[in-house]
Amino acid sequence: MQFHGYQTEGFRDEMFDESGSVRPEAKLLVETICSLEDGQLQRCQRAAERLLLQLGITFNVYGDSAGAERIFPFDLIPRIVRAEEWEWIERGLKQRIHALNEFIDDIYHDQKIVKDGVIPEEVIRSAAFYRPQCIGINPPKRVWCHITGTDLVRHGDGQIYVLEDNLRVPSGVSYVLENRELMKRTFPQVFEGLHVRPVDDYPSNLLATLESIAPPSSWQKSQKPTVVLLTPGMYNSAYFEHSFLAQKMGVQLVEGRDLAVLDGYVWMRTTKGLRKVDVIYRRIDDDFLDPEAFRPDSLLGVPGLVDAYRAGNVALANAPGNGVADDKVVYAYVPEMIRYYEGADAILPNVPTFLCWRDQDRRHVLQNLDKLVVKAANEAGGYGMLVGPHSTEAQRQEFAAKIETNPRNYIAQPTLALSRVPTLVNNNFEGRHVDLRPYILYGHDITVLPGGLTRVALRKGSLVVNSSQGGGSKDTWVLADPLAK
Amino acid sequence: MTGDTALLSRVADSLYWMARYMERAENVARFIGVNLNLQFDLPLDPAGQWQPLIDTSGDTAIFLERYGAANQSNVIQFLTYDSDNLNSIFSCLRAARENARSVRETISSEMWAQVNSMYLQMQAQPGMPEPESLPELFHSIRLGCHMFQGITDATMTHSEAWHFVRLGRKLERADKTSRILDVKYFMLLPSLRDVGTPYDDIQWSAVLKSVSGFEMYRKKFGRIHPRDIVDFLVMDREFPRSIHYSIRTADESIHAVTGTPMGAFTWPSERLTGLLRAELDFTSVDQILREGLHDYLDKLQVKMNAIDRGLSEDFFAAAPDDRAVAVQSQRS
Repeated sequence: MQFHGYQTEGFRDEMFDESGSVRPEAKLLVETICSLEDGQLQRCQRAAERLLLQLGITFNVYGDSAGAERIFPFDLIPRIVRAEEWEWIERGLKQRIHALNEFIDDIYHDQKIVKDGVIPEEVIRSAAFYRPQCIGINPPKRVWCHITGTDLVRHGDGQIYVLEDNLRVPSGVSYVLENRELMKRTFPQVFEGLHVRPVDDYPSNLLATLESIAPPSSWQKSQKPTVVLLTPGMYNSAYFEHSFLAQKMGVQLVEGRDLAVLDGYVWMRTTKGLRKVDVIYRRIDDDFLDPEAFRPDSLLGVPGLVDAYRAGNVALANAPGNGVADDKVVYAYVPEMIRYYEGADAILPNVPTFLCWRDQDRRHVLQNLDKLVVKAANEAGGYGMLVGPHSTEAQRQEFAAKIETNPRNYIAQPTLALSRVPTLVNNNFEGRHVDLRPYILYGHDITVLPGGLTRVALRKGSLVVNSSQGGGSKDTWVLADPLAK
Repeated sequence: MTGDTALLSRVADSLYWMARYMERAENVARFIGVNLNLQFDLPLDPAGQWQPLIDTSGDTAIFLERYGAANQSNVIQFLTYDSDNLNSIFSCLRAARENARSVRETISSEMWAQVNSMYLQMQAQPGMPEPESLPELFHSIRLGCHMFQGITDATMTHSEAWHFVRLGRKLERADKTSRILDVKYFMLLPSLRDVGTPYDDIQWSAVLKSVSGFEMYRKKFGRIHPRDIVDFLVMDREFPRSIHYSIRTADESIHAVTGTPMGAFTWPSERLTGLLRAELDFTSVDQILREGLHDYLDKLQVKMNAIDRGLSEDFFAAAPDDRAVAVQSQRS
């Protein structure tokens, strides 16, 4: 299959340069694809999709009664990241996560950063995921963000920017591991020639991270602490991932109804009575963790859990309250946070962000709605968003009214020309926009999974990569060695 | 405590029901398959052949209300595809899959893939196929269920979780064998004096085929005789679908779960299973027939239902008083 007629159409392309030549890191892959006979790639693609469905590697679509399970579309053409570029991304992510963790710990203790006038107190207090219940809590090792899935994008200028941090309960890592399995079956010869860095050790690293925060007492009574993964249940959109990670780590997958708090400790209900739980990797939001601490109407949570956590009898990952830094207004201050806590400039830049509660910014945003992307400060999944250049007059008016009513809740950013990767569309390759979500673990130290989830907007011209909005995924290949000149 | 993996009550419950639903799907498929075959040999009153299948499923009232008189097409529709009938093959596969999905980190990936593809295949079918491809359909469902069972035994560690799977399978099997025997015996009773006629032979052979027992019966008893058939299906110590065999292996699994020595009990459900097993160990077929087979099977059903409830109370239910259970777990 050939790339004849493939057009970069003026966009930054991850596989071809401006002149249309193959980038050196993609050379072997392109040669391999070109050597395939007609229809072979399409057959592989269909086989991969059948396999995903048969293995039940699916996500649930809310409000869809017809089956309600879909596969997350997968495209066989990977995104390749050069070793030296990855080295830079990794340094930038470690710096950023370290600063964010310092910030969250500061916010729930002395709030020095507020007192020193770097971030207005008002921004913190009005952040939707700020949790006053967490003031004074000291999570083990003072780590608040154990698992992070930072979204990165590359703009037309070639620069990689951080789009959002996703500190609360980031998902998608199971697709990284499953995509890689599919790719190894499809392109074994390319893997041999290229030295793609492996991702299979993620579950072991995740388990080590979780065990590292176990209460010290749990190491004495038995050889190893008991780690569980807490899921909202099989109707949650990310249920596949929950059971996948539990299975790969060899830990129990529990629901709230499997747990109980007694005498300040957390227990799970087993066929042989109660067993103590030491670490909970929770994949449910703060609000639903514990009806006594957060939402009293929640049926999902475990009453008393937060008290047990505060007493240090159980560890939670991620720490409740860390969503304060997921607020998109707080996001705008991350470069200043890095200067404040790390004494250095941010390695990975933020996307320039206008904060609508600043009068000057708001005026600019309202005058340029057709050029900007407007986002609600506390939404995710591509919801509550206006992409200016693709919007109608009516949509712009709707957002203008929303901004006027609640300026604190909106930010705006220039519309980025996200980079593209060739994608199999029918019988041709066409460029589609992508982002990249690496996964960062913070236990004893900070480690970054080499690669991450490359999400691709499968609709022509679309910039929205979310699975709920027509997005798919690609494997991400981080090369082990710098390319020989 | 170390090295022994705890099993969540909710997970044990799902494993048990996953297995029960798979076994149920297999049995329904076999009943229908045998009946399809039978009607070629019995030209008389073909419609009358289908009502007993509904009676076996225990859903006679629901069926009558929704479909009226039983015939081949509406019985197959009801028992195979009807998603409102919770005991149809489709519903069973759906329920087995939902249960498997909620414990897929406990079962092997191969088990999950098997139950998932069976469900997806069934779901993708546009409706009832042409009559000539019906036998093949039920054959392939049976085969799929056998494969699931084989995969389970070959890929899942035979630890506590597996014993709950086996418990579900065995109790469901004992239940289905007793139902088919009850319904058919009742139906064939008037012809008891015609024992040995070809008509009778075919009907009784069909009962045996319904539980895949025809060939094994022949090896043991040779000629078809109702008394021997009851002996074989209720009492046989070695035939894997007999009630006795099923209850004995269920009893073994409960003991494997609890760690109580065989012949003793600590949990109420263990006691009930042991009682039933002992009774089957020491009953004779002639005593059962003297008492009346129908009465006997009726009481058996009641006992098996009590075991099912007992398992649920002893192992699956969220303990009403967690504190009491906590004390117990420290003791053990």
